Amino acid sequence: MGTFLRAITDGVLEGGVYGLMAVGLTLIFGVLDIINIAQGIMVVLGAYLSYVLWTHLHIDVFVGLLITIPAMFILGVAIQYLFIRPLRGRERTSMSLLASYAVAIITEGILYQTFGSNYLSMSTYWTSPSAEFHVFGYYLPYIYVLGFALAVLFVVAIYFMLYRTQFGRSVRATMQDHTAARLVGIDVNRVAAVTFGIGVAVTAAGGMVYGELYAFNPNTGYDLISRLLAIVILGGMGSIGGALAGSVLVITLASLVDVYWNPEWSTVVFYGALVLVLVFRPQGLFGRREARAQ
Amino acid sequence: MRRPRAITLRLAAVTAASAAVTAACGITHAGTSGLAAGPTGTPITIGISEPLSGPNSAQGFAADGQACLKGYELWASDVNSHGGLLGHPVKLIVMNDRGWPASTIYDYNWLIKHDHVDLVLAPFSSLLTKFAAPTTQKLGYALVAGSAGAPSVFTLGAADHNLFSTTIPVAQELMPFAKWIAGVRGHPLTAAYPMVSDPFADPPVTTAKNYLGTHGIKALLYPGVNGYTKVSNAALTADAKMVVKRNPGIVVLGSVAVPTVELFMHVFALNGYTPKYFIATSGPDQGQAFLNQVGTGNAVGMMVPNGWYGGYANALSHVMVQDYIARYGGTASTINGDVAESYSAGQVIAAAVRATGGTNQAQIIAWLHRPTTSVQTVVGKVAFGPKGDNTLAGQTASVFQWQTPTGGGAPQFVEVLRGNGAVQTTPVTKAPLTKS
Repeated sequence: MGTFLRAITDGVLEGGVYGLMAVGLTLIFGVLDIINIAQGIMVVLGAYLSYVLWTHLHIDVFVGLLITIPAMFILGVAIQYLFIRPLRGRERTSMSLLASYAVAIITEGILYQTFGSNYLSMSTYWTSPSAEFHVFGYYLPYIYVLGFALAVLFVVAIYFMLYRTQFGRSVRATMQDHTAARLVGIDVNRVAAVTFGIGVAVTAAGGMVYGELYAFNPNTGYDLISRLLAIVILGGMGSIGGALAGSVLVITLASLVDVYWNPEWSTVVFYGALVLVLVFRPQGLFGRREARAQ
Repeated sequence: MRRPRAITLRLAAVTAASAAVTAACGITHAGTSGLAAGPTGTPITIGISEPLSGPNSAQGFAADGQACLKGYELWASDVNSHGGLLGHPVKLIVMNDRGWPASTIYDYNWLIKHDHVDLVLAPFSSLLTKFAAPTTQKLGYALVAGSAGAPSVFTLGAADHNLFSTTIPVAQELMPFAKWIAGVRGHPLTAAYPMVSDPFADPPVTTAKNYLGTHGIKALLYPGVNGYTKVSNAALTADAKMVVKRNPGIVVLGSVAVPTVELFMHVFALNGYTPKYFIATSGPDQGQAFLNQVGTGNAVGMMVPNGWYGGYANALSHVMVQDYIARYGGTASTINGDVAESYSAGQVIAAAVRATGGTNQAQIIAWLHRPTTSVQTVVGKVAFGPKGDNTLAGQTASVFQWQTPTGGGAPQFVEVLRGNGAVQTTPVTKAPLTKS
């Protein structure tokens, strides 16, 4: 029973961490119709920023989010302005793949030049042996629980922004029809820039948690983006809650396979679940069929 | 108009999934089933966390983690088939940390606090052991590691008191070569020490450079003075040309893979420069992959430090190799060194349990720290210094060289210095490499 519960809690909490990283990707896709291949390296950049603040300025990684989130937001706006906005016409979506890939390559190069190729890891209070909750005889590390809480917080905040604010209405209008939104006076370019900025800003939090859990180097982004894309497709492209739920579901499944079958097969199950969902529910677990049919 | 995009994405996802399935084929099960029948009764439980799978193949550690697990399983099987530990069967409880340092901490906390294991053994890699050791130390457990030799493992403060590493400390890897060359009559008086910035490449080169410096061998190039090289072809080529220009008799290259070595060899050959002795920290040990990359003729003379290997002349190692082949198949030369390293860690903890008559952690730690304590293992005799480093590692450390066998033929990877082979100087008739 203990092993089963451990596998479940592992899956749920780690799923939350991946969900946190995937939320920005699905937001950008949902609003801008863009697959931001650079999202993986942005997560890694977020991890490096937290690392620098913690190592050189001794700023706690959670407090550091007050700096890294705005910084990543500005970076996201700049990327959208410089690389995404100039793309026009029917090939915009496919060209955006190339543009965001270029951003990923440039960022990776800068990180290599700045930090080298060695893996870095953070040994902060949050990953120390004593940083854990003791609940009903189980030990849950703070960082896993807080990572999950951050994921839920961001999902709720983005939902609130989308459905309870004027800007959110503009975003939803833009999601439905760019041209019509422009006709009714919405500054579509501004909406796009801010949304891209928010999508990238979220990676600051995802990157911080990722950096706390994992050793990373500039090359780490590639594996990340393949997993994040799988999660986003599984949850339903453009579905904010779907990203979190899909992530929790598939990582929990992989965690159970890890414990009860064979660790090597957990990766296969991760992607196998994606294939099954695509075959039987092409719009993803929480995506809308009509959205996929547009 | 969006359907093509959806189809493209679906196709990409299916392709990725297919690749993952293909990659997983042929992977062996990593559980603890199939252990030889042994003594009955309350088992002595041993907790282990290993990087067995996960994102980016568990940080690139998955293959090594699986090899380590094989070593632990093989050791447990051998113990159980020989009456167990103090008459109790040994049972391994294995967790997969996916290469996540935080998960390593979580796992050892869980193994000790929740599963109440009697003993723990370390995961693969210095990186993960570095995170495991403070956790096990805090909980009062001894942690014996087989695959943790980076300098950072021996600077953990209080945690070092509980950590015992059987492997050769990375910084000492080149010492057999350095000691040998310092003793060679008429040895070259100059050396170059180019190296990439890497925690496994720099320490042995620096240690060797310091040692050779005290024995009259002048350093003509050392990144501590000239700046670290970057891992780019242009930067490495510039460094290689600098070595050529300074014309040292010995080149000690701090490399992490074949391409770095290949590039230096290529530049040396292009410029007609041949050091009398050329040793690299990594690359030439990659067997056929190295030969394929640099060409068989060019490989001759290249040296590389190495520890345990399948043909290691040690009775315990020989038995383990036979057991391994019986259990997993293959040949002695195909056995991953991680297997022997983790097996040796099991042997050390078993010796401590037998010596102290139980699993009392304080007694085990005290016994392992005793100056008179040494344990015969498959990687040779081991004893531990105050920081848990293997003070007898020099007995295992060796140097290998690619040599042309007598009578000609394909180059062979020969153990020199400690083995039967004699070191050969680098042949001067080298052609520029076709690849670079």
